[in-house]
Amino acid sequence: MTKPIALDRRQVLTGAAAGALVLGFSLTRGAREAAAQGAAAGDGKLNAWLRIGSDDSVTILVGQSEMGQGVYTSLPMLVAEELECDWSKIKVEPASGDDAYRNVYAVRDMLTAGHGEELSGVKGWAYGGMAKMFSEQLTGGSTSIRGHFDRLREAGAAAREMLRAAAAKQWSVPLGECEARDGQVSHTKSNRVATYGALAAAAAAIEPPKNVLLKPPSAWRLIGKPVTRLDLPAKVTGRAGFGIDARPPGMLFAAMRNCPVFGGKLKSYDAAKVEKMPGVKAVVALDDAVAVVADNSWRARQAAEALPVVWDEGEAARTGTDDLFAQFKAALSEAGEKAYAVGDADATMAAAPKMIAAEYRVPFLAHATMEPMNCTAHVTADGVEIWAATQVQTRAVKQAAEAAGVSESKVKLHTTMLGGGFGRRAEFDTIGPAVRVSKAVGKPVQLLWSREEDMRHDFYRPGAVGRLEAGIGADGMPVAWRHRIASPSIMTRVFKPVTWMGPDQTSVEGAIEMPYGIKNQRIDYVTRNTPVPVGFWRSVGNSQNAYIKECFLDEVAAAGGKDPLELRRALLADAPRHRAVLDLAAEKAGWGTPLPKGRGRGVALHRSFGSIVAEIADVEVGAGGVVKVLRVVCAVDCGTVVNPDTVVAQMQGGIVFGLTAALYGSIGVDKGRVVEGNFDTYRMVRLAETPAIEVYIVPSETAPGGVGEPSVPPIAPAVVNAIFAATGKRLRSLPIAGQTLV
Amino acid sequence: MVTLQVNGQSHKLDIEDETPLLWAIRDVIGLTGTKYGCGIAQCGACTVHVDGEAIRSCSVSAAAVAGKEIVTIEALSEDGSHPVQKAWIAAQVPQCGYCQSGMVMAVAALLKQTPKPTDDQVADAISNICRCGTYQRVREAIRLAGAA
Repeated sequence: MTKPIALDRRQVLTGAAAGALVLGFSLTRGAREAAAQGAAAGDGKLNAWLRIGSDDSVTILVGQSEMGQGVYTSLPMLVAEELECDWSKIKVEPASGDDAYRNVYAVRDMLTAGHGEELSGVKGWAYGGMAKMFSEQLTGGSTSIRGHFDRLREAGAAAREMLRAAAAKQWSVPLGECEARDGQVSHTKSNRVATYGALAAAAAAIEPPKNVLLKPPSAWRLIGKPVTRLDLPAKVTGRAGFGIDARPPGMLFAAMRNCPVFGGKLKSYDAAKVEKMPGVKAVVALDDAVAVVADNSWRARQAAEALPVVWDEGEAARTGTDDLFAQFKAALSEAGEKAYAVGDADATMAAAPKMIAAEYRVPFLAHATMEPMNCTAHVTADGVEIWAATQVQTRAVKQAAEAAGVSESKVKLHTTMLGGGFGRRAEFDTIGPAVRVSKAVGKPVQLLWSREEDMRHDFYRPGAVGRLEAGIGADGMPVAWRHRIASPSIMTRVFKPVTWMGPDQTSVEGAIEMPYGIKNQRIDYVTRNTPVPVGFWRSVGNSQNAYIKECFLDEVAAAGGKDPLELRRALLADAPRHRAVLDLAAEKAGWGTPLPKGRGRGVALHRSFGSIVAEIADVEVGAGGVVKVLRVVCAVDCGTVVNPDTVVAQMQGGIVFGLTAALYGSIGVDKGRVVEGNFDTYRMVRLAETPAIEVYIVPSETAPGGVGEPSVPPIAPAVVNAIFAATGKRLRSLPIAGQTLV
Repeated sequence: MVTLQVNGQSHKLDIEDETPLLWAIRDVIGLTGTKYGCGIAQCGACTVHVDGEAIRSCSVSAAAVAGKEIVTIEALSEDGSHPVQKAWIAAQVPQCGYCQSGMVMAVAALLKQTPKPTDDQVADAISNICRCGTYQRVREAIRLAGAA
């Protein structure tokens, strides 16, 4: 009988031998349940994460979603490192439906604003319990490696031990004489060899070990080496299957038309006007939308656009951008919640020889994943099948079950490749409607949003206003720092109870806990929710707070007559890791070397998701104030690196993502509707504008940090600080485009 | 009815003349490698070759390309061995990969016309949007493919 296990969390550190850790683990209830349903005896499934075929293939079951960040390669690397299999035999399969895939780490990290690992005692227990209770199968918060670094190596090691034990039993030789390497177990004394494929069935019947030895870093053969990505061959030949590529037999195509105003409802529509259009099969009403089903996407879209619809627009129809920001600004003067305090900022500020103040503002932003929102569903008498490009499998299943009126066990989810996620696909608003439309027409249906629907019905990066004040001593060094933030709160919508325990961490992260040794600080948050839905946008609160914090620090440097780099270095006396990252970036960028007129360098340093990133931008401000970012030097300390090429790729990509927002990103609202609808008005950085990006990784053996998000926050302040260096002009709002520079 | 020549095969399709080529390829013929990104010829995710030229298939009608030789990503090579595809793997270009079919097709057409493009020529010709920001590697891969 197969008995798969989930090595859920590291439970006990039981000892150390020859430089290798001996780790204990325990079976989780979820894994035991999953074992019963998941692993038919003889299929070679050794635990929740891997299956060995009789053809020697090793299939790694990955619960994290592949959205470009390389988890379909880096997570298998962790298993393979300990499994000692042949890397060329690795296959990857998306997995869901087992509690083993729940990302407790991500939820705990989110609830504790990144302090999950540090909490102990009652607080640690409470947050740990809460994280477990509210855990989801979730890809987010740059946690895929952090949340699986131990678990997947343990899973690989446990499977390897089962294979060794199976061989020892078969050959009646001592276990200690059996060596596992390159996909086979060998017994040198008797000159016997068996491949993993030949041993898999017997290994599956072996009791999983209670303890496993993990290799010391010096023995790693995969971790830390640049491994080419397993998902790329399919991505250069058009074979990779995204959500939009699902094609169950007999599938119809549906076009979504959402109420243009946030919070509005469907009042009435005249289906007869479009039912005769070519290929149209049905018009399906939803609460706040209507879907038209046809035999191809274009026909469905044509009919959806032609459909006469009356909306009940509701309260939000009076909302506009100016009004929203006037509300945020007014909120700055209201009582807020204390987000962070050290020393006595008020008294020190009042007594300081010099004080500066500034107000910063950032716009709402859309995710604009390249693959527009979509979901394919097939409701039958037996249950529901869905094909979804999702970052949150457990919620997708829940939504599908609710919409179809069946139990979750009747939902079969296919996680496809994600054509970009960036937090947008941590929402699950496409699932229910797709299921309802399929149920209505009794056929498999792919519900697709147009680009315009996608951009106008997002969960946006919150707009925010910040008021900053600093007291500067006679020596030019900051002695006091105050920061008040007014913005909508993401967690109010996503998980309200956490906002009862204190200020929404997603609003203040990146503003609180600066590494800089400023002795008196006070950071406050005023929640101002609006009809514009807000959500997780790659790097979340860090995306705005790093800009505001790092730019205002530049203002402090200027006011105190300091070089921006030297001021930061001086303030990092007690933060050696931060300082090393900053120094590496400065050295590679040639900080301080002269630049021609009209050019400037700007620096920014920010820690997020467990990693520290410094970026130095070299910017040219040309005639007419046109900003051109010529070069970006990036240094990163993300702890232990699993796949260095992936780290480089994520730094490069995050910089472009952040640069797009800094230069052009802005979502405006008029009469409760989003103004921008497509890439002609929501402009993207393209190849021609992409600077030369250099990435340098600080060698480290500390625990891994995240890499999907941490390169985003520093780019906006680095560029804006460089513009100041080039022109003397300080931009206190984003985006840069459209502002007068000369 | 529109008849299209796609990847060497003739397809007689029950569609309106004005149906964008993209949807004829994806939803009617059933080749899903060509992607929908914007529908207004901004992003290039839908790029295919029409008589050897890179065309944004979301913004050209099926009738306008009837009788012309249309090639999609599926037929750029049989096995991913086109020099651009090989360079893409060598430089590890894609991240999420959604825009890459179009990116690869755009670059293949560019290199056919201009085997060793200058940086400026590349910047002018390759205006496809990649939200993951793979542009730097796209540039590297174009250099590799041009040198091959």
